[in-house]
Order: sequence, then structure tokens, then C-alpha cells
Amino acid sequence: MKTIEIINNWVAQNSSVLDLGCGKGEILLDLIYSKNINAVGVEIDSSNINKCITSGINVIEQNIDKGLNNFIDNSFDVVIMSQTIQVLKDPKKALQEITRIGNECIVTIPNFGHWRTRLSLLLTGKMPVTDPLPESWFDTPNIHLCSLEDFELLCSDTSIQIIKKISFNSSGNSNIFTRAWPNLFGASAIYKITK
Amino acid sequence: MSEGVGKVKEQIFKLPTELLLECGQTLKNIELTYETYGELNSDASNAILICHALSGNHHAAGYYKDKNERLGWWDALIGPNKAIDTNKYFVVCPNNIGGCHGSTGPSSINPVTQRYYGPEFPVITVKDWVNSQAKLADYLNIKCWHAAIGGSLGGMQALEWSRLFPDRISKAAVIAAAPKLSAQNIAFNEVARQAIITDPDFQEGNYLDSEKSPKRGLRLARMVGHITYLSDEAMRDKFGRELKEGKLNFGFDVEFEVESYLRHQGDVFSESFDANTYLLMTKLLDYYDPAEKYEGNLVRAFETINSKIMVISFSSDWRFSPERSKEIVNALLAAKKDTTYLEIESSHGHDSFLFAENRYVNALTAFLGN
Repeated sequence: MKTIEIINNWVAQNSSVLDLGCGKGEILLDLIYSKNINAVGVEIDSSNINKCITSGINVIEQNIDKGLNNFIDNSFDVVIMSQTIQVLKDPKKALQEITRIGNECIVTIPNFGHWRTRLSLLLTGKMPVTDPLPESWFDTPNIHLCSLEDFELLCSDTSIQIIKKISFNSSGNSNIFTRAWPNLFGASAIYKITK
Repeated sequence: MSEGVGKVKEQIFKLPTELLLECGQTLKNIELTYETYGELNSDASNAILICHALSGNHHAAGYYKDKNERLGWWDALIGPNKAIDTNKYFVVCPNNIGGCHGSTGPSSINPVTQRYYGPEFPVITVKDWVNSQAKLADYLNIKCWHAAIGGSLGGMQALEWSRLFPDRISKAAVIAAAPKLSAQNIAFNEVARQAIITDPDFQEGNYLDSEKSPKRGLRLARMVGHITYLSDEAMRDKFGRELKEGKLNFGFDVEFEVESYLRHQGDVFSESFDANTYLLMTKLLDYYDPAEKYEGNLVRAFETINSKIMVISFSSDWRFSPERSKEIVNALLAAKKDTTYLEIESSHGHDSFLFAENRYVNALTAFLGN
């Protein structure tokens, strides 16, 4: 199952959903059609913002790094942060903020603990450049990469509960290996968390 | 650059009934001067209301006689294939009550006294404007606006439409606006008013019967206002410290280009605008505060809103800065309203809303069309 389908399964009908770093609004649009959600996206890229407006999605131009204190406590049923946390200046603060704003949060992250990444560093001695993380160290937006273990440790340090978790291989599939050794065979993972 | 709306004609709408104003007074025999561009479709679902700002009027697009004359104030955005596309939409722009470009205002004749209203013209509010615009909508058979759009004080009207007539508006674009004026905003308005009121030719507002009018005061008021419409950067780019004659003259005549520009703006304005109208409109701006009736709670003030709202601010606007627009946005979000917000990079200051900058045009087009 693709990430977008899992998110769809994890969001209840008629929920209010805030997608932080919503891109062109694909996830929200999918949820609007199938789950009749009240959607708000937050985005910083101007061409993405215009695509959201064209699709009729409510979108707020805002830099998440500058804070989210304009969103009040528990104001959304679900807060989504898909492939975004690793580009933020303060991922810990962001996690605390999203669990404050949403009753539940859905977070997807690339896994730096994936075996290809580990092997690449071991064999070449250089920062890994892989399919899910294709940029060189000096021009990557991913300034806070972590492994799934790291992410889970941060959750537990900040008293955030992990309700559900699925990890995927590089083709976006969950299989026997990604289920047994997610931090080794998962190229990315999706978490449902709450405070 | 595409062709504009071409030749336009102003029209007059006489309100069939008197209008009870927020101040408690009633106004009789009200006329609204307005213009329209494009065609109203058969189910009257494509009408867009354009709300003008402080010194604006109904002439938003096109020209009256000659295409070389000064075009309507929002011609950059209104026209065939422009942001507000007159091939698709029926665009209506009235001059508001209290104005001095044809609609009933201080320079009209009071039907009761048969003399100019002058300073006797009641202090009007944004709500009064919206109420009068609703009468115009009735007359034009527009039950529900596709959108109301305005910059600055115009944005406040668009917001007020959404609050007061939630069933009569689908979308509102609130551009370069604020939920209420700050002390600094009011201070600038007060300097403008004092410039007018202390001009000996003001004659306590009864200058229409005399030979003289407070042009010097109005000119100063406009010069101060104009500084707040531009950004430091825009002024630096446009004028820098350029000297008109290339050298210092050690006197108080015009030396710097910026002085010449401001004087020119002041001169043009003082010839074409009415001082009492300027006083009224600045007061109306000062008074605007939708949260006032809700103990300052803007979220509650927005509860009635049904329309989609797009708020746009400009990075270099310091009269109504992006922070002020965000106050509107955050209250809309807290009230769980359909909200979109853009902060557009622009160096034109508050005046940015008048220019057809790409991102701004694309956003308006997308919002109106989605």
C-alpha cells in the first residue's frame, strides 16, 4: 500500500486535517474526495501554493521553522507531516507542536538507518546518496535525518505515544523484512502518534 | 499586455429607500455612481464586487473617451484575460457613500436643507457601505456575489460582506488589509485630518459655498498619506537622493526628486478630491473594528462567515503589514473558516495591491476560478 492510501485509512470521515508541508495538496485532495475532510494545508513554495489554490484547497503560506503558535491547541483532529520533519530546524519542537495542535498526528520520515545507507557509508566513507535521499550533503534540504530508532527515541523522550507504525522498502512496499527489521529494511516509515 | 475593458461609462443607481446608518441617522435620496465590466450571466452567478480604498472611486478599469487618458485605478487587474477576467465575470465597482466622485457625499445637496451637506454629512462606517452595496446588488438582480474583492479599506469591505451577508457572497479576497487600525495608523490619519482642519480655507467644512477650499491642507494630507503607501525601498529605488537640478541650492524650494514627486501627488489630489470626504473616509477607517462588539474577540466576530476567504499581504507593506493580515488569518483559522493566505514579495509597499505582479495575479485567478 502506498503512503497516501495508509494515510487515507488512518483518517476518519469528516475529520479536520492540517497538512504541514502539504506540497501540491495531493494528500489533502485525496482526503477531501474520499473522507469529506475539512482541509488546511501549510506550504512555503509559491508554485505549490498556487496549485493548492487551483484545486480549491485552503492553504496558508507559512514557514514552519518560524513556529506554529498561530494554531490553537487541539484545533484539528489530525495533523499530517509527510516527509517534512527532516527538513526542519527544530524537529523536536515541531513534534511537540503538532501533538499540541492535533488530537492525532501522522508523520512520515525517510530512514537513515536503512541498510543501503549504512552500507554506502561503510563502503565509500562518504555521506550516502540514495534513491530516497538523492542530494549531496551540501545541497540537501534534509538537515535532520534520523533512523527509525532515533525517531522513536525522540518520541519517548518527549512523552509522545506511537499508536501505529508501518515501514516500507524503497519500492514503497511493506513486506516480511520491513515488518521484522523496520530500521534495517525500511527506507521510510509512517507513524501515527499522539500526546 | 492584453487589451483592457475599453471604453466605459458611469451609471447611477438611486436607492429606492432611505438608509439607516450605524450612527443612528438616516440618509435619503442616496445615489451611488458605479461602473460595470463584462456581462452578467443568465443565473447571475458570475458577479464580482470591487471595493475601493480610501481615496478610490468607481472608475476601476478602462477609459471614458480616449485610450491615452489615465485608466481606471485597477486596470492592471481587471479586464479580458486579466486576474479579474471580464470574459468570465460581471464586475461591479461603486463609488461609496460619502465619496466625491458622483455618489452621495458631503459635496452633494442635502434634500432637506437644499444646501451642500458639507460638514453636516453623517459619519459613515464600513457596515453602511456594505449595506448600500447590498441595495445595488438587489437592483442588479445579484442574489449572491461570486466574490467581493478589495485592497486596503476595500479588503475590509470584502471581509465585512462575508460577515454581514454570509449567504450573499461565495468568496472574498481581502488584500493588504488589517482587522482594525493600529495607533500608528490612526496617528497618520489624524495628521492628515489636522492638515485639512487647520487650513484657514477649510472654514469649518463650509467651503463649498465660498471661493476657497482647503487645498493646501488636502495636499499635505495626501503627501503624508502617500509616504505611508510606499516602502522605504521603493522610494530609494525610484528617487534615491537624486537632485532635480543636479546640485544643492541651499534653499527650501524643491531640490530632491522625492520632494517634487510628493508635491505633484499632493497637487493633483487636492484638485480632484473633496476635503470633507477625506475627513470622513479616514474616520471610517479609524472606526473599523469588527471585533468591537465581541469584547475584542475577532474569532467570534468571524463566526457568521460562510464564504471562502483569501487573505493576501505584501512583504514591504508597512501601513498594513503582513503581521496585520495574519491577525485576520489566525482568527479565521480559529473560527474554522475556509481560509487561504499568501504573503507576496513586493517592493511597492502598501501600493503593491495595485500592481499586476505575477504571483498575485495567478493567486487571484486561481482563487476566483477554483
